[in-house]
Amino acid sequence: MSAAATRLPDQSRQSPAKQPVLLSIEGLTKHFPGRGGRIVHAVEDVSFEVRKGATVGLVGESGSGKTTAGRSILRLVEPSGGKAIFDGVDLFSLTPREMRAYRRRLQIVFQDPFSSLNPRMRIAAIIGEALDARGFPRGKKRGERVAELLTLVGLSPDHATRFPHEFSGGQRQRIGIARALAVEPEFIVADEPVSALDVSVQAQVLNLLSELQKSLGLTMLFIAHDLSVVEYLCDEVVVMYLGRVMERGPSRRVYATPRHPYTKALLATAPIPDPTRRRTHVALHGDIPSPINPPSGCVFRTRCPLALPACAENVPPVEAVGGGQFVACIRHNETAS
Amino acid sequence: MAAVAQALQSEPNILSRLVGRRTSLIGIIILAIIAAAALLAPFIAPYSPSKLSIASRLHGPEMAHLFGTDDLGRDIFTRMLYAGRTSLTVGFAVVVFSSIIGIVLGLTAGFFRRLDQPVSRLIDAMMAFPDILLAIALVAALGASATNVVIALGIVYAPRLARVIRASTLVIRELPYVEAARALGVPTPVILVRHVLRNVTSPLLVQGTFIFANAILAEAGLSFLGVGISPDTPTWGTMISVGRQYMDQASWMMFFPGAAIVLTVLSLQLVGDGLRDLLDPRLAKDI
Repeated sequence: MSAAATRLPDQSRQSPAKQPVLLSIEGLTKHFPGRGGRIVHAVEDVSFEVRKGATVGLVGESGSGKTTAGRSILRLVEPSGGKAIFDGVDLFSLTPREMRAYRRRLQIVFQDPFSSLNPRMRIAAIIGEALDARGFPRGKKRGERVAELLTLVGLSPDHATRFPHEFSGGQRQRIGIARALAVEPEFIVADEPVSALDVSVQAQVLNLLSELQKSLGLTMLFIAHDLSVVEYLCDEVVVMYLGRVMERGPSRRVYATPRHPYTKALLATAPIPDPTRRRTHVALHGDIPSPINPPSGCVFRTRCPLALPACAENVPPVEAVGGGQFVACIRHNETAS
Repeated sequence: MAAVAQALQSEPNILSRLVGRRTSLIGIIILAIIAAAALLAPFIAPYSPSKLSIASRLHGPEMAHLFGTDDLGRDIFTRMLYAGRTSLTVGFAVVVFSSIIGIVLGLTAGFFRRLDQPVSRLIDAMMAFPDILLAIALVAALGASATNVVIALGIVYAPRLARVIRASTLVIRELPYVEAARALGVPTPVILVRHVLRNVTSPLLVQGTFIFANAILAEAGLSFLGVGISPDTPTWGTMISVGRQYMDQASWMMFFPGAAIVLTVLSLQLVGDGLRDLLDPRLAKDI
């Protein structure tokens, strides 16, 4: 999939650095009750900011808590702690009723295009439900709006009368995007929107998202495990491991000068289509530990090539290393190169 | 393109696919004949169902009385047609009534985590009683009438439906399209009906068919035992019950209503099996 993504032209990103912060995540934590009264630490003390009009990539392996983090922000799973300040309001402090009023401002595009559309509803009804949610009046205009949305995502207006099973995965994902856009949201969580698609259609859907983001001025949290996709699409990147943020900052800086050993290892696994560019190889051994019993201190220490005894003692603080880059590693000064 | 064409062809038109299966088709044909006979009873029946004729009591099958006459000289064929009306109506009413209870309990237990334990234990408690025994107890408490038989059997069969619906709801609750609806701020009752209930119709249809068959059998059982519908109203069960007393002299009094029950229940089972095979996601073709 990386090949498909990197073959795309690198569209120059305008820096949204001067834009105000639209969403600020502070200390987001989500614990699930596990078997035998134990706690699954899915997301632990995650903080980052999303500026208006920016795309922030949330990357990590399976089990890193990135999807849970994204869903917690929309309160599709109830967070256990922290704040999500959206446009000056902490979403986590709202009652479910108050939250409903905010829902149309924040939307989500799901990973699996097959189960994200109700198989017994026609496309017009699926998008119509979203139009209902924002109080769009019934009548002739409604059909026009559905047609408009379908056209916007590159489908034909006469697809409206069909059922989801009549579409391919890529087309379904476009329908999912149209549904999210129907409420005219300001912020979209894209939860691995292309990882379930064929390589040949991944690039199309990514381009669509990227174009829509620019033309509609959307702010996006893009969740992915594929670093090349994130590099193509995102202004900022947040690297997660076992529920915690390892490193975050502007994509260019993080990709050019990764400071955390985990980020380095991740980047080393991503193929680079440029033969003149070299990255140091850091091989990771073993599997991601269980979030039921995460390692003490730095959660990455069990797989870290640079781990010291001191790493087991305290959770490393997330420290600024300049240029908007933040790293949670006690040896980050040595890793600068 | 081939995949799209294939998907269009297997557009889930259940009825036409059901007719394509030989066993299901036989079931549908028998059911249709029985239903039509019951529905058109006043036009088909050669006599009045309550016309007594002491002169011709306990006649065996003959040209004047196809299925013979009973102890009071009433035409058994006529009475069977009218009895079919009652039996089928009771069966269908039981399906509707138990579906309503089953849907409410099943959706509640499956969708709301906190209510799952109490509701599921209630369902278990109801299922712990033997069907017929619980029905007898309920009818005894409510009083014997067609309405009360429907209520009693509805309560007896509701837990089965509730279980099936709960199981499907547990799966559907976690699907992204339900989450998408929540993300849009769609109210929970609307989600329950539009997204959950609409997608549990397959197991509901299958279970409903089997409950239909069971209810007809159970109604006959209750009537036979004398705790069901009053013997004045012809039902297949009451006809067998009365016929039992003349078993050695007029076996046709029991045979024909019994055959009607067997045929109806068998054909409902055939249709139910067909529906289950067609709608079971594990057996269904992957589109």
